[in-house]
Amino acid sequence: MYQILKKQELIPDLMILFEVQAPLVAASCQAGQFVMLRKDEIGERIPLTIADFDRGHGTITVIFQVVGKSTQLMAKLNEGDYFLDFAGPLGQPSHIEKFGRVIMVGGGVGVAPIHPIAREMKLAGNEVISILGARSHDLLILENEMEKVSSEIIVTTDDGSYGRQGFVTEVLKELMTERGGIDLVVAIGPMVMMQAVCDVTKEVGIPTVVSLNPIMVDGTGMCGACRVEVGTDTKFACVDGPEFDGHKVNWTLARQRALMFTEEEKRAMFEHHNEGSGCRCGCHQQKN
Amino acid sequence: MRMPSAEELKQATKSTCKRPMPSQNPEERVHHFTEVALGYTEEDALLEAARCLGCKTEECRQGCPVDIAIPDFIKKIKTGNYVGAALKIKETSSLPAICGRVCPQESQCEKYCVRGKKGEPVGIGRLERFVADYERAQGTVKVPEIAPANGIKVAIIGSGPAGLTCAGELAKMGYSVTIFEALHVAGGVLMYGIPEFRLPKDIVQADIGYVRQLGVDIQTNVVIGRTMKVDELMEQGYQAIFIGTGAGLPNFMGIPGENLNGVYSANEFLTRVNLMKGYRFPEYLTPIRIGKRVAILGAGNVAMDSARCAKRLGAEEVYIVYRRSEKEMPARAEEVEHAHEEGILFHLLTQPVEIKGDQENWVKELVCVKCELGEPDASGRRSPINIAGSEYSLPVETVVVAIGQSPNPLIQTTTQGLKTGRHGTIDANSDGQTSRIGIFAGGDIVTGAATVILAMGAGRKAAAAMDKYLKS
Ligand SMILES: Cc1cc2nc3c(=O)[nH]c(=O)nc-3n(C[C@H](O)[C@H](O)[C@H](O)COP(=O)(O)OP(=O)(O)OC[C@H]3O[C@@H](n4cnc5c(N)ncnc54)[C@H](O)[C@@H]3O)c2cc1C
Ligand SMILES: Cc1cc2nc3c(=O)[nH]c(=O)nc-3n(C[C@H](O)[C@H](O)[C@H](O)COP(=O)(O)OP(=O)(O)OC[C@H]3O[C@@H](n4cnc5c(N)ncnc54)[C@H](O)[C@@H]3O)c2cc1C
Ligand code: SF4
Ligand code: SF4
Ligand code: FES
Repeated sequence: MYQILKKQELIPDLMILFEVQAPLVAASCQAGQFVMLRKDEIGERIPLTIADFDRGHGTITVIFQVVGKSTQLMAKLNEGDYFLDFAGPLGQPSHIEKFGRVIMVGGGVGVAPIHPIAREMKLAGNEVISILGARSHDLLILENEMEKVSSEIIVTTDDGSYGRQGFVTEVLKELMTERGGIDLVVAIGPMVMMQAVCDVTKEVGIPTVVSLNPIMVDGTGMCGACRVEVGTDTKFACVDGPEFDGHKVNWTLARQRALMFTEEEKRAMFEHHNEGSGCRCGCHQQKN
Repeated sequence: MRMPSAEELKQATKSTCKRPMPSQNPEERVHHFTEVALGYTEEDALLEAARCLGCKTEECRQGCPVDIAIPDFIKKIKTGNYVGAALKIKETSSLPAICGRVCPQESQCEKYCVRGKKGEPVGIGRLERFVADYERAQGTVKVPEIAPANGIKVAIIGSGPAGLTCAGELAKMGYSVTIFEALHVAGGVLMYGIPEFRLPKDIVQADIGYVRQLGVDIQTNVVIGRTMKVDELMEQGYQAIFIGTGAGLPNFMGIPGENLNGVYSANEFLTRVNLMKGYRFPEYLTPIRIGKRVAILGAGNVAMDSARCAKRLGAEEVYIVYRRSEKEMPARAEEVEHAHEEGILFHLLTQPVEIKGDQENWVKELVCVKCELGEPDASGRRSPINIAGSEYSLPVETVVVAIGQSPNPLIQTTTQGLKTGRHGTIDANSDGQTSRIGIFAGGDIVTGAATVILAMGAGRKAAAAMDKYLKS
């Protein structure tokens, strides 16, 4: 059992931060790796990137967005509650070295996994320019934290409610023309965003790393659910990744595979099962 | 409970047929996941035991990888001493309830039984299952005598049959044993692969409970190679290590279309269904999606299990697609028979060459070509040759690739100086000793995908060798 020591609703009911007691994971994890966790006996194994860690206290921080049944149930946990399972660290760590000028692009909840990588990049002596994107101001997370680990940050919102109005790719293009000398781009966020970033950098050949989040079951290389095509190879994202050369990723396939269980995910949201397990359709109240 | 009369017992000794296994009827059982074979009643067991000649030469024993004293345990059944029979088996096998259910008896113990020369062999596996179930039902499972604790720490990596057996043996000798398991439950393939209707999970859990009772500490969610490395275990004072990480890496065919939506590896399919209880979705949250028509590629136990799961999940037509003939199928005879009974359709001498999808990337059809058998290859099996112009396509919505598993590479790539074989296996001698002193290995990780009883036997042998190593 893995206790939740701290809960913070970065955005109420939508973006949740948990600090979880997991000393073995904390002792060996590195930026870019993830954990597989399971809330309880009926739960799915859910992959979440390690957003931060504290080796001294033996804790791991995860930040997740509520998107479906499992994340909805997880969001109800409170400080003092437990995850039944919490395994990791999994996947390959980010490749950190002194590249020179590195642009970190984080979109939505993707800012969370970007944060520890930005920190390591800065420590390795890179100039780190971070571009954070959100749909609107109230959906922006970790701005202060990113400020601390970046040489410079630029925020964009789709609706212009904060920072610059527009998409992260526009800022990226500007930086490319106005400053140049970009040695590496790291982009994490929704698949459309990562793909758009890759389209921009591919033309001019700026190496671009993305972190893929395909559907996973075990996270240890045993099932192949997470397979993605990179160049001419099929890779298992959980052991070969999750970070890959964005210019080589087959995005069409990756996007389509993410839809494999859409119907079932909807069913899980709307069919009620055990008592008290969070059915929102109101049917329980009606019966009583 | 009805007991056989003396006359019936006398008749039974002459029977050339195995007493049939009481089973759920196929029409009904394809709708749920409860166990298909119901097990012998006491009457069945006595009548079947009567068929055993108690041969002095003990031919049957040569076929059992762990050398169970078969005539002796059957003799105890004849006298009604079922618990005694169970204890006899447990002298050399720690998982009789499991092996009695899943051993490929026809190619092991029963293959050598002298009664098999004229008619059917004695149903050794069925009798083994009977006594193990009897013992459990009586609640008579006792923890054997455990040697006084010697304070020596040993680590076991992986909790499949190899790891569990090795751990249990070492615990009995007084070692302080910790198992590290990557998944959230112990049991390996017994839990994530073999389905409930063939091997009920509470039976596996009962055996794991027994290993715990022996004093073994099982730590789940620890992925060795990631959470901790083998060398770190050494530094933490584990004086010997056993690696039983199995063959869990799914093989794909390498044909076009294998990454389409609707194509699963057998491991993914079975893990969703069994380990994550996807057959009870949405009560359990892990989804599984199944089409009306499902093609399973391969014809081993893994393929039969996948096919029969697909049927139970509601598929209307399930095909086994296999490039050789029925005779070469690697699955246990009983699984093939059960699959036939459940209406699984066999496309034999058929080689899949491509999976085609629709515009949204979902599987639409499997393109196959007919084969004929040529000369025997190195393995002695006749190799299939594609027949030119025989291509046809099979409309399906789901494809499960069940053509085998390779050893899990995580330990090999994160441990210095561990010699490996050509197919990614860890090199070990017959005692399980690897190229690194103090590190032992056994089961599928050494042999490649094999059987439960062989993994168990390897775990046992390694435990003895580890004891010798630690005492020297
Ligand atoms: C390596 C990795 C790291 C991730 N890190 C984060 C993170 O830090 N923060 C965060 O908010 N999300 C992260 N995700 C995504 C997160 O795992 C999914 O959002 C979550 O599993 C959705 O579960 P659900 O039941 O609530 O939603 P569902 O209704 O089941 O699905 C909603 C969406 O999530 C995807 N999804 C469903 N099941 C899985 C699964 N088992 N594995 C992966 N994706 C799935 C579906 O494709 C769908 O688009 C990561 C995914 C991966 C693979
Ligand atoms: C679907 C299916 C059906 C089968 N049917 C039969 C049958 O009917 N009869 C029969 O005799 N055999 C059958 N087999 C084969 C049999 O199950 C295996 O030969 C046997 O389980 C091998 O045992 P093992 O202990 O070597 O490995 P496994 O049972 O594979 O166990 C290995 C364990 O190690 C864990 N592990 C792996 N890597 C790590 C790591 N780095 N750190 C920590 N833990 C790790 C795994 O999670 C797993 O729990 C079947 C196999 C499958 C897949
Ligand atoms: S363990 Fe397997 S091979 Fe040995 S006697 Fe039992 S069923 Fe036969
Ligand atoms: S060979 Fe057959 S008949 Fe003879 S002892 Fe063994 S099981 Fe009994
Ligand atoms: S999640 Fe199963 S192999 Fe990657």
